[in-house]
Amino acid sequence: MDQSLFRSLAPVSLALFCISTPAAAQEASLVDGGKLLLTNGVTTIEGTSGGGVATWSTIAGRETDRGIGLSGHVTLIELPDYGWQSHGVAVGIANRIELSYARQNFDTRDVGTALGLGRGYTLNQDVFAAKLRLAGDVVYGDPLLPQISLGVEHKRNRDAPVARAVGAAHGSGTDVTLSATKLFLSHSVLVNATARLTKANQAGLLGFGSAGDDQHQVQFEGSVAYQLSRRAVIGAEYRTKPDNLAIAREDDWWDLFAAYALTDNLTVTAAYVDLGSIATFDNQRGGFLSAQIAF
Amino acid sequence: MLLLAAALLMQPATEPPVDWDKEFGVEERVRDPATGELPVDPYVQSNANAGATPFTGSAMATAFGGQDGIRRIANRTVELSQADPRLAAIFQAHDMVRLKRTLFEQFCYILNAGCDYSGRDMASSHKDMGVRMRDMNALVENLQAAMREEKVGFAAQNRFLSKLAPMSRDVITR
Ligand code: HEM
Repeated sequence: MDQSLFRSLAPVSLALFCISTPAAAQEASLVDGGKLLLTNGVTTIEGTSGGGVATWSTIAGRETDRGIGLSGHVTLIELPDYGWQSHGVAVGIANRIELSYARQNFDTRDVGTALGLGRGYTLNQDVFAAKLRLAGDVVYGDPLLPQISLGVEHKRNRDAPVARAVGAAHGSGTDVTLSATKLFLSHSVLVNATARLTKANQAGLLGFGSAGDDQHQVQFEGSVAYQLSRRAVIGAEYRTKPDNLAIAREDDWWDLFAAYALTDNLTVTAAYVDLGSIATFDNQRGGFLSAQIAF
Repeated sequence: MLLLAAALLMQPATEPPVDWDKEFGVEERVRDPATGELPVDPYVQSNANAGATPFTGSAMATAFGGQDGIRRIANRTVELSQADPRLAAIFQAHDMVRLKRTLFEQFCYILNAGCDYSGRDMASSHKDMGVRMRDMNALVENLQAAMREEKVGFAAQNRFLSKLAPMSRDVITR
């Protein structure tokens, strides 16, 4: 650019800058972080937002209707015969759409030896999920209209040969969820009900369907939580599961959880989980610990 | 914004400034010497304008420290919001003297602490403000802070919020 032209334009651009700055400061940044504390839920074992084990209709991230939210999590579950580790990320768009990814790693420890896989054989699975808020709001609006969301979870077991060896028909599968969640402020109680269409055996870690049972079935996930303070909530969840495999019984899951927002961006969840019988090893009850950061 | 700035810069500097108030016959609003409030357009007064049915019994009024506690909470909510960078722009342009009184009356009426509400309904008092969800959440946080300072128990705070939350339909306009 010509030097003199640049010099004559400089004050104009400075003036434009000065005029436009104050108004721009009133606009929230894209990552607005304006969601009420805990109303983004906590990350589930499938990487979606919910109550830890059950998926809710909540949208991940701390954004409101014009922003973008981000979250990341790590979850550990310590069971008598197994160890679970999962981690993932989620994006919330305008409190309307949630996109998430989670990697699940399920350490079979000594069971691996018993099953002929080798000690400490780890089953891995990727879960790619999307959720769309269809109607309602967890907190606002008609007190009897819950927030309702439709979700899809595409699960890709990375150990499909093992899944097939235990009798699963497929190494990957897709769940569809329909959730309704409402915080009944008058009682400080949050209630969630989710219907899940699924073929997954042990959430997919043992594959999907079986020779004898290869239909999607409707399963139920329910959560009830009590809000103790702005930062603390305790609750219970129940999740029914299919029982497709001939070689091992599969039980429903339940848990008791407590979640605490240490800061506006960091929430920890601790739970007692009962995952029943897994691959013939009964009474898999233990501790669940999860950390979530969200913006 | 840039277009607006450019348009402003392009205006010929020679014209005398227009007194738009005079041009449109707008009267300057003067604060009432007794109340310190600015006048508002006439409206029909009714408790129905409060936007919620009050609680029954005296438990909620007691939990909020009676009229004195409620007045401190309403005032504090307004003050926190005026000082809140997320909300200041919306609150700046309005009559905070009136808002403190009407917000107190509304809270007091809903909490069944012995007041009538003399303000406007929620839809018409917020219609030109362009309140968004994030502003609503910010206001709720300020109200929660004010209630915490007055040692209102969390369950009672939520019970009160259960009366206000449905008003989002009238308050959030974009
Ligand atoms: C459920 C939530 C809300 C309730 C119960 C509420 C209540 C009230 C009441 C009682 C008035 C007085 C009406 C009158 O002057 O006759 C008022 C006015 C006002 N409200 Fe709200 N409000 C809510 C949400 C909000 C939000 C989210 C904002 C902005 C972020 C806001 C900003 C204002 C302002 C600036 C005025 C003054 C209006 C004027 O003087 O013209 N309010 N509100």
